[in-house]
Amino acid sequence: MGVEGIGARVVRKEDRRFITGQGRYVDDVKMVGMSYAHFIRSPHAHAKVKGINSTEAMKMPGVIAVLTGQQIVDDKVGNLICGWAITSKDGSPMKMGAWPAMAPETVRFVGQAVAVVIAETKNQAKDAAEAVVVDYEELPAAADVRAAIKSGAPQLHPEAPGNIVYDWHIGDEAAVGDAFSKAANVVTLELTNNRLVPNAMEPRAAVAHYDQAEEHYTLYTTSQNPHVARLVLSAFYNIAPEHKLRVIAPDVGGGFGSKIYIYPEEMVALWASKKVNRPVKWTGDRSEAFLTDAHGRDHASKAEMAFDKDNKILGLRVKTHANFGAYMSLFSSAVPTYLYATLLSGQYVIPAIYAEVIGVYTNTTPVDAYRGAGRPEASYLLERMMETAARQLKVDPTELRKKNFINQFPYQTPVIMAYDIGDFHASIDAAMKAIDYAGFPARKAKAKADGKLRGIGVSCYIEACGIAPSKAVGSLGAGVGLWESAEIRVNPVGTIEVLTGSHSHGQGHETTFCQIIAERLGVPISQVSIVHGDTDKVQFGMGTYGSRSIAVGGAAIVKAMEKVEAKAKKIAAHALEASESDIVIENGEFKVTGTDKAIALPMVALAAYTAHNLPDGMEPGLKETAFYDPTNFTFPAGAYICELEVDPGTGKTSFVNFVAADDFGRLINPMIVEGQVHGGLAQGIGQALLEGAVYDDTGQLVTASFMDYTMPRADDLPSFQLSHTTTLCPGNPLGVKGCGEAGAIGASAAVINAITDAIGNNKLEMPATPDRVWHAIHG
Amino acid sequence: MSTVKLTVNGKAVSVDVEDRTLLVHLLRENLNLTGTHVGCDTSQCGACVVHVDGRAVKSCTMLAGQAAGSNVTTIEGLAKGDELHPMQAAFRDNHGLQCGYCTPGMIMSAVDIVHRHHSQGSGGKLDEETVRHELEGNICRCTGYHNIVKAVLDAAGRMKVAQAAE
Repeated sequence: MGVEGIGARVVRKEDRRFITGQGRYVDDVKMVGMSYAHFIRSPHAHAKVKGINSTEAMKMPGVIAVLTGQQIVDDKVGNLICGWAITSKDGSPMKMGAWPAMAPETVRFVGQAVAVVIAETKNQAKDAAEAVVVDYEELPAAADVRAAIKSGAPQLHPEAPGNIVYDWHIGDEAAVGDAFSKAANVVTLELTNNRLVPNAMEPRAAVAHYDQAEEHYTLYTTSQNPHVARLVLSAFYNIAPEHKLRVIAPDVGGGFGSKIYIYPEEMVALWASKKVNRPVKWTGDRSEAFLTDAHGRDHASKAEMAFDKDNKILGLRVKTHANFGAYMSLFSSAVPTYLYATLLSGQYVIPAIYAEVIGVYTNTTPVDAYRGAGRPEASYLLERMMETAARQLKVDPTELRKKNFINQFPYQTPVIMAYDIGDFHASIDAAMKAIDYAGFPARKAKAKADGKLRGIGVSCYIEACGIAPSKAVGSLGAGVGLWESAEIRVNPVGTIEVLTGSHSHGQGHETTFCQIIAERLGVPISQVSIVHGDTDKVQFGMGTYGSRSIAVGGAAIVKAMEKVEAKAKKIAAHALEASESDIVIENGEFKVTGTDKAIALPMVALAAYTAHNLPDGMEPGLKETAFYDPTNFTFPAGAYICELEVDPGTGKTSFVNFVAADDFGRLINPMIVEGQVHGGLAQGIGQALLEGAVYDDTGQLVTASFMDYTMPRADDLPSFQLSHTTTLCPGNPLGVKGCGEAGAIGASAAVINAITDAIGNNKLEMPATPDRVWHAIHG
Repeated sequence: MSTVKLTVNGKAVSVDVEDRTLLVHLLRENLNLTGTHVGCDTSQCGACVVHVDGRAVKSCTMLAGQAAGSNVTTIEGLAKGDELHPMQAAFRDNHGLQCGYCTPGMIMSAVDIVHRHHSQGSGGKLDEETVRHELEGNICRCTGYHNIVKAVLDAAGRMKVAQAAE
């Protein structure tokens, strides 16, 4: 490795602009003649829109227009789509209700937009919105899954009788029945996976501009995948054909899944910019983020695991109800199915698995992928199950896990996934050593003497990152391919631009991707630029989510580099009058191996562009493109162990130690990888202890601000002790896996297992607030 | 409308704003100092922290008019030309930021924390627990705070050295 190559802890190139206030986020964009949008949102969870009167609002200062849901329908703007088709057990397609960008007739969750005011200033738009009178006829609401599936429950969509979107299953029901009939022991568990609000710190925003002469739109938007946004806006929402629509996602202040989707507000901003023939800016406030950003998780599950007399797992049966909210968001349907149930084998040999997933509409904000997306739900269920089983079977939870670990790779699970490689013993051993697992009983005894309940909890997660290959996901119902593109431009002076379809919104691509180039060419990263987030610059890309950027986007860069190097070697060989096979690349030079003959990269690049002396028949220029479609997912895995103390008098939890041992394959920049793990752990711990979106019976979100929804703060969290074990991913040229979601996937079970260990009561739901913990201790 | 006169990053400015304008909006909309961010509407997140007369203030909780006559420093005014403030450098060196959105407020709060502890005669002793407690008013969703805490402790040392050198 060079000082800036693969494996180096290079400080981030992008940081300078962020630490000096020069970052450029969507709300920082200003345009000449810009107007401002403010949405009028339903205060009711379920209601008919009887009428919208904007007469008074239109008379107010600065008001340009009040636009309604009926107008957007009249203009034939398409309804929002769900991009993954799921088929129910009975062979029927999933049942989708229509989701117009603004509701013309019926609102189905608090916060759904019915109209928008466009005005000269933001304050004028807000003032006028107060004067718009919407006549609602309230309808009864189904605020949670239990209420929605009752007979006689309020019905959300005529297309989905009983509020059921799908009733899906995976695995072999008969084989599982057989396994349970042979079981020496059966362990059962019921749990919920609490609903979370993603809360990226930058609220969503859009600036839309319509150029009348060119019939061309430009949209600045807070997106994790601007090309997908353009595709959907163009092909499904009929905003404009792709060549007449430029989507730019500049600096984006965090995503965690919530900025994958193409929301009504961006669509309306584009549509309105043509309607009023002015640039339109919309910036959400935090309350709007709570009400309209797709939420995460919200599962209720029952699980049973069968063991033989030697405590080997025989089978697993799971039934999960997944709450989708009021509409099917872009990737929502895939989350509790192909991203959840396919991970239910975890790190274990489970000969038979059967899972049923019932997707349900409720009068709440739509639910979609949030950091981990399905995999945290699977991991939480399975790892609480293993801990519960260990207690019931009276064996050490680490021993029970080790006894059932998968040891041979590749390993085909009964639920689609084929794990390529891993070493689960290595990670759990590393974590146990780091936390001094053997010394825990003594520490517990000492804590007891001090009046504290000390507990230790283990979680061994596996995740599937870089969803692929495209052909396979297509056969499972995906509406898109899941490859990535890269273009490498070597400029005539030898500097390099890498255009990638991945999008960085905190992940540090501008540094990590440069390190790949530095490693191969031996050039300093200052000579390399990463270009991303603009559909006019990058030809196409699938964006960043599902921990895919290094494994898929990084691999695409390697593929493009291979093409660049092959051409550059030909040019160098020609210039040096040597054989192409004798050319090696070192420290930015093309050398004839075993000689002192060399030509520097800038001279090769210049030769490519002057084209005065190229090999016969060679095209000028030095620029290559690659589209990389992986052959499989990657499977990062690891072991987390949490040690904590509970104050029995207050139910308050305090961390003693939290250790993580992850296997992400090869690390390009360990500093950035550690940062990703820290952030993921914080979100996993936040779910376990603090966070929970709570609706009342009428469908009002009662945790709709940072005053009510407990975001993890600095003093809620410990410092983390991280380590890595390594098995290189055989499926991509970098040997990398993915690291962005691991922490959020593995952490929550470790925390809850530790608390339930401390208090000696397994009946505890997330978030394990002091109140809940106190009641679990004292009944 | 009122005219508000104040000093921002060492420059005297005079701005006509609606009376209801918040300091953060004066900075962002009128002065184009977009480094100061808005992350919530309940004064919880701290993305908007600036220094008003040397003290960290959430600029979303202060009317622009209340800042009349004050000396305001924003993230854009923290570095001395090309030379980063030790807190900025420590955030970069310790990977104390990811998406960068909370970072300006986080840095401005952290500078204030270190100043207060250095001047309190506590010998500038800042430990992890104190830093975590003091950062309670700044929310970060990316870093899990681990490297932010490291950065603040690192910067506290650098700032002490710089102070001693002066």
